[in-house]
Amino acid sequence: MELCDLPAHQLSKLLRDRKVSAEEICRSVLQRIDEIEEKTRAYITLDGENALEQARRVDRRLREGADLPPLAGIPVAVKDNICTKGLRTTCASKILADFIPPYNATVIERLAAVDAVIIGKTNMDEFAMGSSTENSGFFPTRNPWDYSRVPGGSSGGSAAAVAAGETIYALGSDTGGSIRQPAAFCGVVGMKPTYGAVSRYGLVAFASSLDQIGPLTKDVTDCALVLNAIAGYDPRDSTSAPGEKTDYTRFLKEDIRGLRIGIPREYLGEGLDDGVRRVVEKACAVLEDAGAEIAETSLPHSAYALPTYYLIAPAEASSNLARYDGVRYGYRARDAKDVVDMFKKTRSRGFGAEVKRRIMLGTYALSAGYYDAFYLKALRVRTLIKRDFDEALATFDALLSPTTPTPAFLLGEKIDDPLKMYLSDIFTLAINLAGLPAISIPGGFVDGLPVGVQFIGKPFAEGTLLRVAYAFEKRTGYTSRRPGLGR
Amino acid sequence: MYEAVIGLEVHVELKTRSKIFCSSTTEFGGEPNTHVCPVCLGLPGVLPVVNREVVDYAIRVALALNCQIARFCKFDRKNYYYPDLPKNYQISQYDLPLAQNGYLEIETENGPKRVGITRIHMEEDAGKLVHQGNIATTPYSLVDYNRTGVPLLEIVSEPDLRSPEEARAYLEKLRTIIQYTGVSDCKMEEGSLRCDANVSVRPAGGDALGTKTEIKNMNSFRALHRALAYEIERQIAVLTEGGRVVQETRAWDEDRGVTVSMRSKEEAHDYRYFPDPDLVPLVIDEAWIEKVRTTLPELPDARRKRYMEDFGLSRYDATVLTSSKELGDYFEACVAAYPHPKTVANWVMGELARLLNAHNMDIIASPVAPAQLAALLRLIDDGTISGKIAKTVFEDMFTTRKDPATIVREKGLVQITDVDAIAAVVDEVINANPKSVQDYKAGKEKALGFLVGQVMKATRGKANPALVNKLLKEKLN
Amino acid sequence: MITRADVEHGALLARLELNEEEKELYTRQLGKILEYAAVLQQLDTTDIPPTAHVLPLYNVFREDRVSGHLPVEEVLANAPDREGNYFRVPRII
Repeated sequence: MELCDLPAHQLSKLLRDRKVSAEEICRSVLQRIDEIEEKTRAYITLDGENALEQARRVDRRLREGADLPPLAGIPVAVKDNICTKGLRTTCASKILADFIPPYNATVIERLAAVDAVIIGKTNMDEFAMGSSTENSGFFPTRNPWDYSRVPGGSSGGSAAAVAAGETIYALGSDTGGSIRQPAAFCGVVGMKPTYGAVSRYGLVAFASSLDQIGPLTKDVTDCALVLNAIAGYDPRDSTSAPGEKTDYTRFLKEDIRGLRIGIPREYLGEGLDDGVRRVVEKACAVLEDAGAEIAETSLPHSAYALPTYYLIAPAEASSNLARYDGVRYGYRARDAKDVVDMFKKTRSRGFGAEVKRRIMLGTYALSAGYYDAFYLKALRVRTLIKRDFDEALATFDALLSPTTPTPAFLLGEKIDDPLKMYLSDIFTLAINLAGLPAISIPGGFVDGLPVGVQFIGKPFAEGTLLRVAYAFEKRTGYTSRRPGLGR
Repeated sequence: MYEAVIGLEVHVELKTRSKIFCSSTTEFGGEPNTHVCPVCLGLPGVLPVVNREVVDYAIRVALALNCQIARFCKFDRKNYYYPDLPKNYQISQYDLPLAQNGYLEIETENGPKRVGITRIHMEEDAGKLVHQGNIATTPYSLVDYNRTGVPLLEIVSEPDLRSPEEARAYLEKLRTIIQYTGVSDCKMEEGSLRCDANVSVRPAGGDALGTKTEIKNMNSFRALHRALAYEIERQIAVLTEGGRVVQETRAWDEDRGVTVSMRSKEEAHDYRYFPDPDLVPLVIDEAWIEKVRTTLPELPDARRKRYMEDFGLSRYDATVLTSSKELGDYFEACVAAYPHPKTVANWVMGELARLLNAHNMDIIASPVAPAQLAALLRLIDDGTISGKIAKTVFEDMFTTRKDPATIVREKGLVQITDVDAIAAVVDEVINANPKSVQDYKAGKEKALGFLVGQVMKATRGKANPALVNKLLKEKLN
Repeated sequence: MITRADVEHGALLARLELNEEEKELYTRQLGKILEYAAVLQQLDTTDIPPTAHVLPLYNVFREDRVSGHLPVEEVLANAPDREGNYFRVPRII
C-alpha cells in the first residue's frame, strides 16, 4: 500500500501527526496517475501543478499551527460535469471540449473552504448519459480490477480513479445510479444523497429533478467526511433542502442491533447474476449476525421504474441540453448558412449518439399529442413508485438490495443495445425517482470482480445508511481491498 | 357588415432592481453584455431562484386588475430555439398562471365598457438582437443579453375589443393602472410595455369567431391603432372577395403602413411546456394577498369617482386628471393649497398641459410646483394681477422657476386699480381715437373693444379690465 | 408506433440534423424504447397526482438585490464568435 491507496481519514491523521506532508500525499497520487493513467484513462483534465501548489499551501498552514478540517490537503477528483472556475469542464462532450467556466459550483466552493486539493476532472459518459463511460465523447475509461471491463457509469472516471489510487476520493453525480453503479463495479463506496441534500448549483444538468452530487470514497468513514463538507442548504439552488448542518461522522457506529432492514423481493428476481445474489444473501447474514432484523418486503411498482425513468430523464434532458447551440460557449459549426443551420450542425456534430438518442426521446415525450400519454403518465407513475418506498420505509429503517444485476461487464458488450445498457441501472434508478438517499458499498467478489450492495434510506436519513454501511464494513473488510492494477 | 374581434397580449417589464431569477441589474441600457451573470447567461450548471419582489409586483397588478389570484402556481419551461434566449427555453407559466378572470373598464363612445382579462403570468424576458441593416439581408446578427431575465408580466385580455379605438383605450387604461401600481414605467419606446394583438372579423352581431391572425411589432399606441385598422380592412377585403383568412402571425410594417406575413417563423411551433424542475411551486395565501393589497394606491377609477363626487368635476376632466398617478397627485397638491378644484383643473389641463406638451415634458418634471401655481391663483383672487396677466406670469414661472410674487414684483405687473390713473389713460385714448369714438356712438359695439384694447396696451395689460370697461362707457355715454 | 416522420419532426424541434442512417436507427431504437414504455399504460393512474418535485418545498425566494455581474471579458471568454462586446451569430433568417 502506498499513500494514494489510503482513505482520507487515515491520511488526515498522518498529516496532523506530521508523519507525512500534503505534498507527499499529492505526489503519491500524481505518481500513481503517471503509472497507470494510460490504462485506466480516468481523467479528462489533470491539474497536477495547481494541486501541488494547494498541497504546499496546506503544509505551510499546518506548520504555522493552523487547525484545518479533516479533508484539508487531501486530493480529490471531480467529475467533469461539475463547474470549476478556470478549469476546463467538458461533460465529456465535444460540444464543451474547450469550455472554461467563469464560476465554481457550490460543492467546489465548499471543497475549497475545507482546503481540499483538486487533482483533476474525471471522465464520464457524455452529459452523464450512460452506464459504462463508453459514451464519453473522448475515450472510454477502464475498470482497474480488469482493464477489459467497464468501470460503470456515468461517474466511471471518478470510481476508477478512487479504486486505482489515482485520487483519494472523488465527487460524482447520480441521476439514475451514476455514482452507485460505478462504485459497485470498481469496489468503492458511493453515495447518492437525498434529493436536495447537496446543492446542484454548478452541476451541469442532465435531469434536474433526479440529479444529485455525491461522494465516491475508499470507505464509509470517508463518505461521511465528504458529506460533511459538501452537504447543506444553498440559497442558489431552489431545490436545496433548508436545515442545519449535520456531522455525519457521529453515525459511524458498529452497533446496529434492532435496526430493521427490508429486502425488496422485486430486486432479487430474474436477471440477477447468481454470484451477485449470493453476495446479497451473505450480506443479509452478516447484518443479521450483527443484530439487525431482516425481512422481505415489496416495492410492487418496481417493474415500471425503468420506463418511467426513461421518459422523465430524457424529457428534462432535452430541455436542459437545448442551451448548447454554439452561440455563447462551446463548439460551433462554422459552415452554416444561417442560425438555424448553425444550431443543427453544431448540435449534430457536438453531441454523441446516446445524447442525441435521449434528446430525441425526451423531445418526443414532451411534444404535443404525446405529453399526456408519456411524460405526464410517467410523472403519475413516479408517484406510485415513491409511495412504494414510503410504505416500505414506514416499516423498515433501510432497504437492502444489490446495486447492480451483474458485476462489471466487458467494454463493447452492451454499447449497441441501449435497452440492455439501461437495464444495468435497474436497481438504482427508482431511488432517484423517489428522491431517496442510497449508498453502495463493496459486498463481496464474483470471479475477482467487486460486487456492490445498496442500502436505501428515508429522505435525509443518510446517517442511518452510514451507520449500517459502517457496521457492514467493519464486519467484512471489503473496502480495504485494492485492485492489483496489472502491475 | 363585419365587426372586428380583438384580444391583446401585453408584456410589461417590472422595475424590480434585480432580474427575476438572478441578481443581475434590470437597468435599461448599459454597454452590451455588462448586465449579466452566469445564471442569466444560461451557463452550464446554473440554477434560477425567484425574486420575491416579482411575485409581490405581480400580485399587485393582479389585484389592480380585479383578478382571482391562484393559491397554487408554478413555473414551466417554454421550449424554443432563438439566439436571444440563452437556455433555448423561457421560464414562464403555462397551465397554472398567477392570476385569472380579471377586468378593467374603458371609456367608449357608447359609455363605459368592461374588458375581460383572461390571465396574468410571470416570465423572463429575452435578450436583444442587433442587426446591421435588415434582419433578412444582414450576413450576421449581434446578441446582447442585458435584458435577458428581466421580469415580465404577460397580461392577456379576452377577445372583448371591437375596434382599434377600443384596443387603444384598453392599452392606455392598462398602462395607467399599472403605472398607478408603481411596478413598471410602461414605456413603449423603451420596450417596457409591448403589445401583440389577435384579430379576426365576423358578420356583425354573430357569435362564431372568424379565423384570427396575430399581429406583432406594434411599438406605439398609434402603431397599434393603425395596424389594427389595416388588418381589419385587410381581412374584410379577403372575405368580401370570397377568400379565406389564413391563421398566421403578421408583423406591422410601420414605414409601409401594412401588416406582412411572418411565415418564415411559422414552422412547427411546439413549445413542449413542462414544469421547471429547477423551481418549486408558489403557494400564495390570503395573508400574503392582503399584505400586498395594503400597498396598492387608490386606483384611477376610484380616484375619478372621488374627483367627480367631492370636487364636482366633469367625467371628462376627472378622467384626464386621473390618467396618470403623477398628474392626479399634482392636481391634488394644488387643491390642498388652493381649494377651488375647478379653477385648478382648468389651469392644470390648460396652461400647464400646454406648456408641458410644448416642451415635451412630463408632469413629474414640471418647473412649476403645486404651491407656486396655488400662489399664482391667489394673486388673481386678491386682485393683484388680472387673469390675463396671470398667464404671462405663469409662462415666466415655467421658464424661470421663480415664484409668481417675485415675477410680478420684478416686472411691475401689479394690476392698476386706481380709478384716477385709469381715467387719465382713458381720456388719452378717447382723444387719440376720434374715429372709434364716433363709430361707437353710431352704435358699433365692436369699437368699444378696440378702445379697451388701447387702454390695456397703454398700461401694458396691467389695468383692471373691469374698471377700464366701466370708465370708458361712462365717458362715452 | 414511432414513424420516420415523427423522428424528423422531433429532430427539427430539437435542432438536430440527422442523416438517413440515423433517422433509420432512431426510428427503430426509439420505437423499441417507447414500446417498452407502453407498459405504463397498463397502470390506472386516474386519481394519482403527478410528481414533478420529490421534495415538499414551496415559496423559495431570493431578495431583490443586485450583485455578481460577470466582467464582460469573462462573459465573452468562451464565445465562439464575437464583435466588440456582442456575441455574433449567423443571419437569423
